[in-house]
Amino acid sequence: MIQVNNLTKRYGPSRGIEDVSFNIDRGETGNIIGFLGPNGAGKSTTIRILTCYQPATSGTATVAGHNVFTESLQVRRKIGYLPENAPLYPEMRAREYLDFRAKLHRMSRNDRIAAVGRVTEKCWLGDFIDRPIGQLSKGMRQRVGLADALLHDPEVLFLDEPTIGLDPNQIRETRKLIRELGQRHVVFLSSHILHEVEQLCTHTIIIANGRVLADGSPAELRERISGSSRLIAEIKGGVDETRSAVQGISGVGAVESGEEPDGWSRLSIEANGTGDIREEVFRLVADKGWALRELRHEVASLEDFFIKITAEQRQDAGV
Amino acid sequence: MRNIPTLTHRELSTQFYSPIAYIVITIFLVISGIFFISDNFTSGGEASVRDIFGNYMPLILVFILPMLTMRLMSEEYRSGTIETLMTAPVNDAEVILGKFFGAVLFYFVLLASTLVYPIVVSLYGPLDVGLTLSCYVGLMLVGSLYIAVGIFFSSCTRNQVIAVLCSFVLLAVFTFLVHYIGQQQEGVVRVVMQHLSIISHFQDFSRGLVDITHVVFFLSSTCLFLFFAVKILEFRRWR
Repeated sequence: MIQVNNLTKRYGPSRGIEDVSFNIDRGETGNIIGFLGPNGAGKSTTIRILTCYQPATSGTATVAGHNVFTESLQVRRKIGYLPENAPLYPEMRAREYLDFRAKLHRMSRNDRIAAVGRVTEKCWLGDFIDRPIGQLSKGMRQRVGLADALLHDPEVLFLDEPTIGLDPNQIRETRKLIRELGQRHVVFLSSHILHEVEQLCTHTIIIANGRVLADGSPAELRERISGSSRLIAEIKGGVDETRSAVQGISGVGAVESGEEPDGWSRLSIEANGTGDIREEVFRLVADKGWALRELRHEVASLEDFFIKITAEQRQDAGV
Repeated sequence: MRNIPTLTHRELSTQFYSPIAYIVITIFLVISGIFFISDNFTSGGEASVRDIFGNYMPLILVFILPMLTMRLMSEEYRSGTIETLMTAPVNDAEVILGKFFGAVLFYFVLLASTLVYPIVVSLYGPLDVGLTLSCYVGLMLVGSLYIAVGIFFSSCTRNQVIAVLCSFVLLAVFTFLVHYIGQQQEGVVRVVMQHLSIISHFQDFSRGLVDITHVVFFLSSTCLFLFFAVKILEFRRWR
């Protein structure tokens, strides 16, 4: 559905995206793709290229079976796009605006009435469809923008930060709507909010500093980090003594230790492989006659992964 | 090109929603009315629309029309609606032409409101219908050129003030300054300046003469600025 090969966009010396590639097929595991990255990572730039708003400096991209550079009009007929902050014409009424947009998609009069009715219902515009857009709140405008993107029943829907600036209730409603839309359309969603992507998306692409850092389902990404998951243990005993004892257990990698002010040692144990070594740690402590007050698995979340790779990226860049 | 009527319709209705349109109409009618009265309603004055249409109107339009065109593209850039517009199946030329025709139609409505002057004149003496018609043809052509220039500068910047000032300057130079220099100089400079001057191309219309060379001058320069505007719009996306 979306194929991106070595896409590069340079504005000045530093901004833009560099050699971005990914490939998304319809319905492999679901249809909501999360495009995740910190602010300024190149999310909007990538989306602008995929929606044919800006051409790339180099590389190719195919959306809904058409090349975004050579068959731009065909692509634009098959996509819906909600830019960041949902720009709209404030002087128009919502219904007027939707009718205007439907006309641009060459719909006949009857089709337009039907389409506006359909999206009005879907995005709950009923109460304010006849009010000027300039009078609407941020959340309402977001819904008008989303309704606009849905008018022509697009194959692919691009949403750039759809929940930014909304209140918690509106965020929850919007997410519910996006989940619904994922059943029918391929939704390509950009966000800098991790748990949003983790909750909603079936496929995640992480981007930072204009480069793709990871690409896979949230479960796959989590699996990639579970190999280096940690065990936290607090043991009553000397720091060096406990550390060398724990290091003796098979399957234990690096161990970091620190002394707590009350005489306990806090060990952070890295496990090689995916086996659970908590039992071995417990047996060791029991054999030695030490006391144990905490033994817990530090669950690796997508957040850790995200922080880790973006931090690595920053180190590599020497920032 | 099938999207042009849709875009024109939106543009025209937006003009009527915005307060600027009404301010512009008011300023235009007040200024042209003052010129009309001071010129015709003096003792010994001529009962003719030639002065108001032939001499003053192009000057008034230099200041009025850029105010109508300044927001056309700049506002789209500033508010970001250009992004939704250009990701709909619409091409760059359609966007510029849609806006151009919207502004031109609005301008024609503005011109229609001046029909009151020939009507008033006809109360005092026989109206030269041919002259009045050729004046209107000339004004339509001049106005279209001014609007094209305004759209060109509007498509260069997201700042409406810059757009309006640049249009003022360029139009003022080619309407007043070039004409003035042409009158002062002799020989080649004079001929070149007269060919560039908007006023000297317009003068024949105000004498009741619709000369095809002047029609071609206005239409081709209008197209040139519209073409530039389309190219600027394309260029902005390539950056």
